[in-house]
Amino acid sequence: MLATLSLSHYLILSAILFAISIVGIFLNRKNLIVLLMAIELMLLSVNMNFVAFSHYLNDLAGQLMVFFILTVAAAEAGIGLAILVVLFRSLSSIHVDDLDSLKG
Amino acid sequence: MLKNFLTPDLYPAMPEIFLLVMACVILLVDAFLGKAQRWITGALTLISLVGCALITYQTMDGQVVLTFSNMFVDDLLGDFLKLLLYLAVIVVLIYSRDYLVARQLDKGEFYLLVLFATLGMMVMISASHFLTIYLGLELLSLSLYALVALDRDSPRAVEAAMKYFVLGALASGLLLYGMSMVYGATGTLEIGGVAQALHLGVANKTVLVFGLVFLVAGIAFKLGAVPFHMWVPDVYHGAPTPITLLIASAPKLAAFAMAMRILVFGLFELAQHWQSMLMLLAVLSIAVGNLAAIAQTNLKRMLAYSAISHMGFLLLALMSGVVGPDRHFALIAYTSAMYYVVAYVMMSLGAFGVILLLSRAGYEAEHLDDLKGLNQRSPWFAAVMLALMFSMAGVPFFVGFFAKFSVLLAVIDAGYIGVAVFAVLFSLIGAFYYLRIVKLMYFDAPSDAAPLAASPDMRFLLSLNGVAVAAFGLFPDALMTLCTSALLRSL
Repeated sequence: MLATLSLSHYLILSAILFAISIVGIFLNRKNLIVLLMAIELMLLSVNMNFVAFSHYLNDLAGQLMVFFILTVAAAEAGIGLAILVVLFRSLSSIHVDDLDSLKG
Repeated sequence: MLKNFLTPDLYPAMPEIFLLVMACVILLVDAFLGKAQRWITGALTLISLVGCALITYQTMDGQVVLTFSNMFVDDLLGDFLKLLLYLAVIVVLIYSRDYLVARQLDKGEFYLLVLFATLGMMVMISASHFLTIYLGLELLSLSLYALVALDRDSPRAVEAAMKYFVLGALASGLLLYGMSMVYGATGTLEIGGVAQALHLGVANKTVLVFGLVFLVAGIAFKLGAVPFHMWVPDVYHGAPTPITLLIASAPKLAAFAMAMRILVFGLFELAQHWQSMLMLLAVLSIAVGNLAAIAQTNLKRMLAYSAISHMGFLLLALMSGVVGPDRHFALIAYTSAMYYVVAYVMMSLGAFGVILLLSRAGYEAEHLDDLKGLNQRSPWFAAVMLALMFSMAGVPFFVGFFAKFSVLLAVIDAGYIGVAVFAVLFSLIGAFYYLRIVKLMYFDAPSDAAPLAASPDMRFLLSLNGVAVAAFGLFPDALMTLCTSALLRSL
């Protein structure tokens, strides 16, 4: 069963996930948590790419990269949520539309 | 497996290791310091940076040395950029001290985050592997996101931090997606290995070009080139001015190094493809940056749009290194790119330095009107600002003029006369908003008569900055020769 899954299946799946995350960032007008989720999804779709290529190329470097991306993604989520908390304290809202004091 | 492990040669990475150790020491020391002893943290930070500069200078031998399984490279280009980087960060720290003290923002976090951001930039400059590029970039970006939100009580700063975070993370994602595609096509993550695989022609071209698009988009995001510039004005405007000063200066050097390593050292065989992308980005940046800057009334926002147009010029220079008939033309183009980024960092430090000079406790001098009548309040600093604005506008004989001139020469050498004419026309349009500042300073009555309250060391350094902009304009060859030799020994 597994043998019928080729590299391109993985690549297409990760491309779809990547596209969903980009759409999530640009079309999301509701709430910032969803935005953070879209960012995580984007990094995970990249990870899937790396793992698929790594398996297909028989090269461990790609999987090594995935470990680092996962770690950095955790740090990034930490900083993102911290900024979100500070934002909520000053705006009492986490709606994307309320981030509009800077423009011009 | 384990018995194959070899201890890497740590010697080429000494400045990075030193800075990391010092950052950890300062982290520890700062925890024991009270509010009154905060100056010790600042002093230690400056000492660490000077120490890094000494180590980098001592170990600078012009050899290209790879270490950490080819993940890290020590070459003259990197050493030169790192020395400039330390200088820029030291200047940032000295300019921003008074501002931070007046607003009680001079916490230990500021110094530590600046140090970690510096470490990230150093890793980025010396990276020769996609992993180290990514790690350096993230160390820089994560520190900067936190720095922008340093003033927690300012809704504007926090909003800017959120926007910067979301768009920065998007940029990292794009860059990573591009890296994964290049990895898939070439089977390696090393920059040198990628170049070799491309040279041998074993890689799948379609996948490569697909990945290249994402890589260029990621780089353009980090540089702040149109159409990936949305974050630049908001972050420059919203962040506390010292942080804006930092974001507008040192990271440009690191982003230049990243663009060089990925596009020139790694993907040179795909040059025709990235050349047209860079040209589009450059032309759009120059047009949008210069036009939008005219409409601004906020000085920081105006300088943000001016940064976008300057990045357009940088991309023009990078683009024109490709088609020349021999390596000589490529060298001229990359030298002009490097010269441009160095000149820009110098001018940007000065311009935001003047904003910091005019600000004082409870008062932000960030509107154009705040510069009114500066000549009557302080003729010397009005002259410094005049030099900086003339230099940014590209008036001869300031450093910005030679930067623009050498870029235009490279563009004409590459055969894009139309693009060169376009760039000159938009620089003329751009001159309007720089000269408007000169007019406000010299021909309008001051709206605020308070004397300038800046410490002597900042006054001295800012004066030196202004003099340097004028002096490098009179003697452009010195810096140009340095840039050329750094690139020549690294390519």
